Amino acid sequence: MVKARARLLRPAGFDELGLKRAFAPRLLPLLVAAVALLAALTLAGMLAAAGLARHWRDGAGASLTVQVPEPEAPAASGAGSRAEAVLALLRADPAIAAARRLGDAELEALLRPWLGAAPRALGLAVPAVITLRRAAGAPPVAEEALALRLARPAPGTLVEAAGPWFARLAALARSLQALAAFALLIVGAIAALVIAIATRASLAARREALEIVHGLGASDSYIANRFAARALWLAAVGGGLGTLAALPALALLARLAAPFAALMAPGAGAGVVGGGASAAGGIVPAAALWLVALPLSAAVIGWLTAQVTVRRWLRRLP
Amino acid sequence: MIRFHEVGLSYGDGGGGRAGLVLRDISFAVAAGGFRWLLGPSGAGKTSLLRLLTLAARPSRGEAVVLGCPIHAASRRDLAALRRQIGVVFQDFRLLGHLSVFDNVALPLRLAGRPEGQISADVTEMLRWVGLAGHLAALPPTLSGGEQQRVAIARAVIGRPSLILADEPTGNLDEAQAERLMQLLGELNRLGTSVIVATHQTALVARYPAPALRLDQGRLVGDG
Repeated sequence: MVKARARLLRPAGFDELGLKRAFAPRLLPLLVAAVALLAALTLAGMLAAAGLARHWRDGAGASLTVQVPEPEAPAASGAGSRAEAVLALLRADPAIAAARRLGDAELEALLRPWLGAAPRALGLAVPAVITLRRAAGAPPVAEEALALRLARPAPGTLVEAAGPWFARLAALARSLQALAAFALLIVGAIAALVIAIATRASLAARREALEIVHGLGASDSYIANRFAARALWLAAVGGGLGTLAALPALALLARLAAPFAALMAPGAGAGVVGGGASAAGGIVPAAALWLVALPLSAAVIGWLTAQVTVRRWLRRLP
Repeated sequence: MIRFHEVGLSYGDGGGGRAGLVLRDISFAVAAGGFRWLLGPSGAGKTSLLRLLTLAARPSRGEAVVLGCPIHAASRRDLAALRRQIGVVFQDFRLLGHLSVFDNVALPLRLAGRPEGQISADVTEMLRWVGLAGHLAALPPTLSGGEQQRVAIARAVIGRPSLILADEPTGNLDEAQAERLMQLLGELNRLGTSVIVATHQTALVARYPAPALRLDQGRLVGDG
């Protein structure tokens, strides 16, 4: 009697089409989970490539090195030593965000692989080395023009820019990013295809019920919304499962990238090799946001795909 | 109410050509509140004409107006709304096997957007009337043919439709139940509902005399 009463009190949104059993309740979430796992890994790759491209463009690519021979000799024009005059000129340039002369210890460390432990003891004339960073948003520094300017107080000054190399690396990273975005699109299309196939299978399985409900006056919207609601729920569950499954792999990647993030953090050295900037450091929070969006995206893809598939199928009925 | 003018129906060719026509040049009219028997031998086209009237197919040729709606040109949305004004008793019942008897009968009301609180009393009363008050929670496959027929009848009339179409509605009923059904259809007809009943049972037609549409080989050979 209680069971009979429960049936009578069934809410308006009851399962009149029998979709709870017919609409791939186990298979579809698993397939969507697999696709979401791929999407999460692809997304992480895309974000990493984007971070590296940004780092190489704004960080290492924006740094230059200036060598001033005979740094302590008096400047050819102006007051002070040649090195001081060059530094003053650089610091006065609004296109240059920072200019720093490397200390003796840093110079010796740079030269040690070639000249041994005490290069000055060999009596070599070691130039002053100044690293500088282009201001954010400033146009690329014209090396020759800068060298000519710096040669006025200190003739023979050299300017070396690593920009072209880093520009190539940034282009490579952008290409990887574009490829990852394309792969993400493919993954999304596969998700839509999987959901469309599951929807068509359940349409075929429930054809008789659909024809009856359609004959009783159910509109296309009514029927499509029933399927879409079911697809939305199953795809969201699958998306969530896939994202959860990707978390260990992503955590491992983030852990492997952590030392590089620390190395590339601001202030960790502004040399050509250290490069400055922050790539991996910004990836993790961005990835977390995108990962939250994955189940939502899967749900939206499920809803839309079911709507389109069901409405197209219903066209065969008058 | 219902007006057919030179209506043809073909399956398959989709172009409305005369080849393959199962209905040809069907013209008739039924006024609001009218009653018609639909008669004819097997293969005469009764089922095809019922398919047009139940909006399960659109005419391949001609003009067909049902409850004031030109079904040859109506939008899908309009056809869906129109179906909710038509009650149909199918020969093969067409019940949803996974739903209870109660939910099957309540379905037209739910599709029409009737609030849930207003459904229970009407459905329970209708099922009591067809003698199935003790089977509200039963699933259709557990019922006999006659009981399923009565569920189908209850579902067809629960929404007080403007038009009732019945295909051999007494085929699975005993004499007493058939009598009750005909009385119900007659009562609904007197209240203004148009009724068209397709049947082979000449005895039934003789017991309830009314105008008839007679089909033979896809053509209308008698109206009256």
